[in-house]
Order: sequence, then structure tokens, then C-alpha cells
Amino acid sequence: MAEVIVGKKACAVNPLKMSAPIGAALAFLGMDRALPLLHGSQGCTAFGLVLFVRHFRETIPLQTTAMSEVTTILGGLENVEQALLNIKKRANPALIGICSTGITEAKGDDVAGFLKLIRDKHPELEGTEVVFAPTPDFVGGFSDGWGKAVTAMIDALVPETTVRTPWQVNILAGCHLTPGDIEEIRETVEAFGLTPIILPDLSGSLDGHIPENFLPHTLGGTRVEDVREMGASALTIAIGEQMRPAAELLEKKTGVPCRVFDRLTGLAACDAFIALLADLSECEVPAKYRRQRSQLQDAMLDGHFYFGEQKVAIAAEPDLLFSLSHFFADMGATVACAIAPQDAPVLARVAADTVRIGDLGDFEQHAAGSDLLVTHSHGRQATARLGIPFWRAGLPTFDRLGVAHKVTVGYRGTRDLIFEVGNVFMEQLHAHEQHITPASLGSHSTVAAPAMDAPAGAGH
Amino acid sequence: MSALKQRIDSLLVEPGCATNQAKSDKARKEGCKKPLTPGAAAGGCAFDGAKIALQPVVDVAHLVHGPIACEGNSWDSRHVYSSGPQTYRTGFTTDMAEFDVIYGGEKRLYRAIKEIVDKVDPPAIFVYQTCLPAMIGDDIEGVCKAASERFGKPVIPVNAPGFAGSKNLGNKLGGEALLDHVVGTMEPDYTTDCDINLIGEYNVVGEFWQVKPLFDELGIRVLATFCGDARYKDIASSHRAKAAIMLCSQALINIARKMNERYDIPFFEGSFYGIADVSDCLRKISKLLVERGAPADLPARAEALIAREEARAWARLEHYKSRLAGKRVLLFTGGVKSWSVVSALQEVGMEIVGTSMRKSTQSDRAKVVEIMGTDAHMFDELPPREMYKMLKESKADVMLSGGRSQFVALKAKTPWVEINQERHHALAGYDGIVNLVAEIDKALYNPIWSQVKQPAPWEIEALEAKGAAHHG
Repeated sequence: MAEVIVGKKACAVNPLKMSAPIGAALAFLGMDRALPLLHGSQGCTAFGLVLFVRHFRETIPLQTTAMSEVTTILGGLENVEQALLNIKKRANPALIGICSTGITEAKGDDVAGFLKLIRDKHPELEGTEVVFAPTPDFVGGFSDGWGKAVTAMIDALVPETTVRTPWQVNILAGCHLTPGDIEEIRETVEAFGLTPIILPDLSGSLDGHIPENFLPHTLGGTRVEDVREMGASALTIAIGEQMRPAAELLEKKTGVPCRVFDRLTGLAACDAFIALLADLSECEVPAKYRRQRSQLQDAMLDGHFYFGEQKVAIAAEPDLLFSLSHFFADMGATVACAIAPQDAPVLARVAADTVRIGDLGDFEQHAAGSDLLVTHSHGRQATARLGIPFWRAGLPTFDRLGVAHKVTVGYRGTRDLIFEVGNVFMEQLHAHEQHITPASLGSHSTVAAPAMDAPAGAGH
Repeated sequence: MSALKQRIDSLLVEPGCATNQAKSDKARKEGCKKPLTPGAAAGGCAFDGAKIALQPVVDVAHLVHGPIACEGNSWDSRHVYSSGPQTYRTGFTTDMAEFDVIYGGEKRLYRAIKEIVDKVDPPAIFVYQTCLPAMIGDDIEGVCKAASERFGKPVIPVNAPGFAGSKNLGNKLGGEALLDHVVGTMEPDYTTDCDINLIGEYNVVGEFWQVKPLFDELGIRVLATFCGDARYKDIASSHRAKAAIMLCSQALINIARKMNERYDIPFFEGSFYGIADVSDCLRKISKLLVERGAPADLPARAEALIAREEARAWARLEHYKSRLAGKRVLLFTGGVKSWSVVSALQEVGMEIVGTSMRKSTQSDRAKVVEIMGTDAHMFDELPPREMYKMLKESKADVMLSGGRSQFVALKAKTPWVEINQERHHALAGYDGIVNLVAEIDKALYNPIWSQVKQPAPWEIEALEAKGAAHHG
């Protein structure tokens, strides 16, 4: 059990946290033919848009109700109305996802009430679903917003039903999963002859494909029609604790039982997932996955030399922090510093003695002396100042290519993760080797360099 | 009427603005505030604009008073460089939570300022107001005043909440903060007859350093830039400059005009993009400085420098002329002045098939017409879908734009070059235009274009089969 420490600073230094509205917006971006709409000043949208463009290297359809000082005071009904009509006319999306912001929530705009009025007044909005997620900027953070948007979609779009389709499975995907992760999960579920409905599905909309036409809404992702079918599934698999409320709401509404996987990285977690799919489908585990499992075991054998007793500092969103901390612990490393941007129940189970709710300023302070820094691209200043190697994880990663396609789930993803991080450690060993002298060996017995080459064949 | 409202109204009737001068009295009184269209608006807010204008002051701490969205989603995204201090790269925010919304955020703000003083001790702290604290009535002016007195260092309120208006308005509100609280509060160590200010130069990817050597060679000292690679003391003592150049399409015209009024510092509008423009700037500033008491040989020395640098730049461009002549370029610019880029590209023989005038003034339009002969190729708006269509139909060989429309070009499999503030290549000065042309050349002649445009073998077969069936 990790002790969760909440700091008392008034000033966040180098924020790790991003806001809830843009978390919700990203969830809506996982829907097909969707256009998220932030109800706030236009800067709220512009900042999120730039952040996503830099990370995904894709066009991001995102709109604003463009609230001014006056409309904020008077209330945003007219702006929401105008925005919906403009978007309908211009883009005709299947779904508009409205995310409120700090000012519209503090003002007390009743967006759900607005929507009833607007719907009644404008039958021309027919054919476009409008889902509202209340996401004040001053409550929680990115993954909370994501969770709220998914919950709101289930609430608004999934009808109560008693029909069951035994081969259909719901996958509720947390925001710590990349489009590549989601693709891997889909392929795995399909390999058992099951049909997954993934909500939200960034692998359809933000996987970097080249569309035939350029449209002002998302191209690919979960279809609204598929969400309506979710009540007929045999099981809901939620990935990440952040998806638990959404999974439980779905169960309450439709009776579809749910199973929450707090991670899909690591041998035990993958085993549980594959075993569940085998049970559900009553299928043998395909040879492909037996082989991948064996490859992962081999990677663990080859890699453990380089992970053992390494001290790692991680700053990440709660579910990603949880998953990565256990990955490192599984491989014999110690998570010496764990920072999360906001509180979440899962933090108590992070594989570290303490988890701090904080920022990258805290990270820089507490990570000193560790062997590896793990956080998103904003960690590059800390790594330069501390002189500790850096491995990037999470959003935003704007200074590396291909982050959307990175796979860290499943046997294969875990295997590749071991190689990727293991190589960072291995490179450090080479660097240390240069500095070994008879004196250093005599005075310090923990120099790890001799382990370098000797056990290279141990995995065979 | 609130103080902020009054300030915005005064900025919107800016007398230094050419557009305003051309208006009737009545139209002028109405100001130039264009309401944003909900569901069809794009771009940054006033807070964004103020931060863009002021964050290049590198030695001060920039503290954003608001919920996490304003700084957490946006920090560390602008490539403005510093030749020394790195304080400006640290993201400071009060990260307001529910408690602060209910009880007010002033105490948290005060404590945040104290923490920065204790930990970082910068020469000054800039405090940015955002929508939420503005709405609940946090008095940042009051907090900054109290903190200034308590900690004995300047704590400057920047009152530009996002909902005040556009990014452009925010630039000016940022400028007002400097005029109200910084400019004229310190004295330079010494002055010369050739001290100038550069207003609206942000040192994006180090562009200021491309032009600084030119001024250095002429013995012209840049006393202060607003605000690229600026130090707090530079800005505070900038009122002793003899002349100023206003850059960046009048974004900080209020600074230029008010410093002219208050401190008798004459200015003109210039640009560091394009060979002719840089030369023009050097000529004008030399002349202006002589009028203000600089040595009489300054213009002649400037001419010699211009002749040498132009010849050098043209010699470097010669290589590209044969490769780029006749290539069609679509320009979709934001802050960088369209016409200066237009003239630069025409210098190497490229054909401009279109240019956006979104953020340009009437005089910019006139200038483009002068250069291009007609305004047929100017457009105010170009929605992504139409832009994509244009590019997909190969109506341009290359697009130059800001990062936000990057993927429209790339998805249409069209070469693209970044020219807005997120760019990674410095484009100012005589070398800058060579860099821009080199970037265009590099993009155009990359071998990927022919490959990605090639359909898959089975697609060709399908097309042929379809054609055969059609004709058969």
C-alpha cells in the first residue's frame, strides 16, 4: 500500500496536470463523426487543440462556444445554441460532445437544461446526438474528464435492454491507452472470435491514417450506433480504474456484468485477460498468444539483469502511474519517486512507498538520485538539470515520433516495453563502464558493470 | 464600467492604427471588436496573447492565476529562446481548485507569489489574470500591489482574462501592463545616441539573434526588445531609447504609440522578413537616429552594410532560383506579415496562388495588392475542407502555414513548411529568408512525394479494370 501525500503548495511549478475538459474532449475524439465542443472562452479550446496536435501529429476537430465576459455573466444559453446550429450546418456530425469549463461551471450554466430547450426549438438538429459532460477545470484532472465523458455517453446513448449477444464484449478504454494499445486489444479480443465494442476508440480516429476526404469532424472511432448496442454485450471489460464508474453505470442500466482490469501490462495481468477471453469465448488460446507469452517470459529473463535494483522516478496520470510502477516492480526495479497530478483511489495501490500529488517541480526535487526518469515530454527540463536518463511516457509527448502507435499492453507490448526501457538502462551501463577504475571497484562494491556481458546467453 | 472594460475600449479605438484613422468618427467610436462566432471560432484568447507577448522576458517568473487549464494545457509550447536566464521556461500556476472558487483565490495567489520569491527570487514576477478568477472577482492588482510592497520587488499584474477577447487584443493588454508598471521605472547604466527599441520582436527560435549582429555592426544598440530575450531591467529602462521599430503587424502598436507620446521616442513599422524589408528597416532606423543626434555617417555605413549583405544573400539564393522558379505556393499565415513573405518568395521566382489575410490590416492588404498586382488571390477565410480540396487538386506545389493547418497539407500529400511561431527554423534577417527558401526547397524536393502519391498495385489494377469495363 502506498501512502498518498498531498502537498500544501499554493503554486504549482511545471504542471504535470492537464484539465478535465480536454480529457473529456479527447474521449469524444474517440467517437466516429464526432465534434467535441468546449463551453468556455476560446482559449480553453485553443490550448487543448494545440496540445493534441503536437502529441498526435494529426488535425484535431475541436470547437468552442467562444464565451465572452458579457455572455459569461448573462449565461451561455445563446452561445451553446449558436454553436450547435453552426456545427450542425457546417459539419453535420453524428455526435457533438459538450464539455463545460471553469467559468461556465462557476457561473452555473445548466447545460443539460439548455439542451432540452435547444432541442425543442430546433428540430433541424435531428440526426446529431448531443452529449454533455460536466467538467469544471477546477475539479480533478485529465483522466477525470475522460471518465466523465464516457459515463455521460453511456448515460445518454445506451438504452436499457434484456437482449444478450454472447459473442459481443464491451471494452471501456482508459485515457492512458494509446491508439496502438487499443488496436492490440481489439485484435486480441477478435482472435477469440469475439466482437468488441470499444468506447472510446482512438485507434479509429487518431491512428494517423490518410482519409479520402477532409471533413470537419473525426474520421473513424466508435460509432454512435455501436454504443447503442452495448447493452446487449455479454461482458464489459474496463481497462484502468478510471473506467470503473462508467462500467458500473453500464451494468446498472443494462445488467451487463463488468470486470475491471487495473492494467494490461505485465505477465500476470495479460494472463488474466487472455484466460478471461478464453473462458468467455470457450475457445482455445490461439497459438499466436501462447508464442507471444513465451517470448515475454524470455524477454523477462533477458531483461531482468538491467532492471534489477534500478531506482525509477515516475510522474504520470493515475492509471498510467499504477501500470508503469507495477511493470518496473515486476522486473525488479524500485519506484523511488511516484508523482500523480491529482488524487484517485488507484494511487493507494501503486507499487511505491509513497505517491505524491504534485507537479514536475516536486518530481525534479524527489527524483534526484534515481537511475531513470519516466514522464511526458515536459520532463525534458528536469532530465537536463538532473543529468538522469529519460524515458517518455504519457500525453503530451511532442518531441518523439510515433507515440500514437506505441504498444505497451498485452504480451507483445510488455515484451517490447522491456526491450525499450532495458536498452536505456543498458546504455547507462556502457556509460558507467567508461569510468571504472581500480579505485572505484575497490571503494564501491555495487558497480553493476561486470554483469554486462557474462549472462547474455542466460535466456536461451 | 470596469477598469478592464475601459482599457479594452481604449485599445479598440487605438489612434495609431491605420484602420482606425481611415474610419468615420462614428465607426471609430464603435471600436473594432468583432464578436467571435460560437461553433466556428478558432485561435487563442486574450490571456494567450498576453502570455505570448510577455513570456519572452526571460529572467522573470510568469505566474498564471487560474485553474489548471490555462497553464497546465499550454506551458512549454513556444520556441522563444534566451541567451541566459531560463526562469521564463518554468510553468508557474495557482492551479485553482473548488475551494478557491468558493472562497476566492487571492490568498492562494499571494502565497504563490511568496513561494516564488522564496524559491526562485527573480527580478520580477508577472501575474496573469484568467477568466475564472476575473469572474469571481479576484483583485489581482490589489494582491500584486501588496506583494510588491511586502517582498520589495516588482509584482506586475497582467489583466488579460481569456474572455476579454482575441489573442491580438491580449498582445495589447500585455503591452499595457508593461506601460503601466514597468517602462520608465529604472534607468539604463548608460545611454548612447544610437539606442533603439524593437517592439513586437519575440526571438522566436532565436530570430532576434539573426538581426542583432547587423545593428551591432552599425553601432546601434538594442536597448530593449519587447520582449524577445529581454531582461526585466531592459524593459524598465527602455524609455531612454532614441527611436523604435515596430514589428509583428502592429500587435504592440499601443506600446509604440504611447512611448512616442510619453517619452518622445519616434517609431516606424518594419519587418525583418524578406531581403528588401530588412534593408528598408536598416535605412529607416539609420535616418531616424541621425535626426535624433546620431553620427551623420550612419546612413552611409548602413548602405555599405546593406549592399554587402544583400549581395551575399542573393548569391546564396541564386542556387535555389532555378529549382524554385515557377513553383506555386499557398500561404496561410497568422502573425507573420503576409506581404513580407510574399515579396520574399517572389524574389526567387515563386508564384503565389493564394494568401490569407486573416490577421492583416487594411494597409497590409494594400501592400499585397501592390506586390501581387491584384487581390484575386487573397482570402479572409479558408476552411480546412476547402484548403484540402485546393491542395488535393494540386493547385499549389507547397503550402506555408502555421502548425494547425499542417496536417491539412500533409493529408493532401502536399509539401508543407512551417512559418508561424511554432517554427523551428529562424526566418528573420538576410539569412532568414535564405533559410526559408532552403526549407521550401527541402520540402519540395523530398523524394517521398512521388512515393506517397503512388497508388497501391491493386488500386491501379482496379482502376484499369474499371476503365476497361467502361470502354469495353
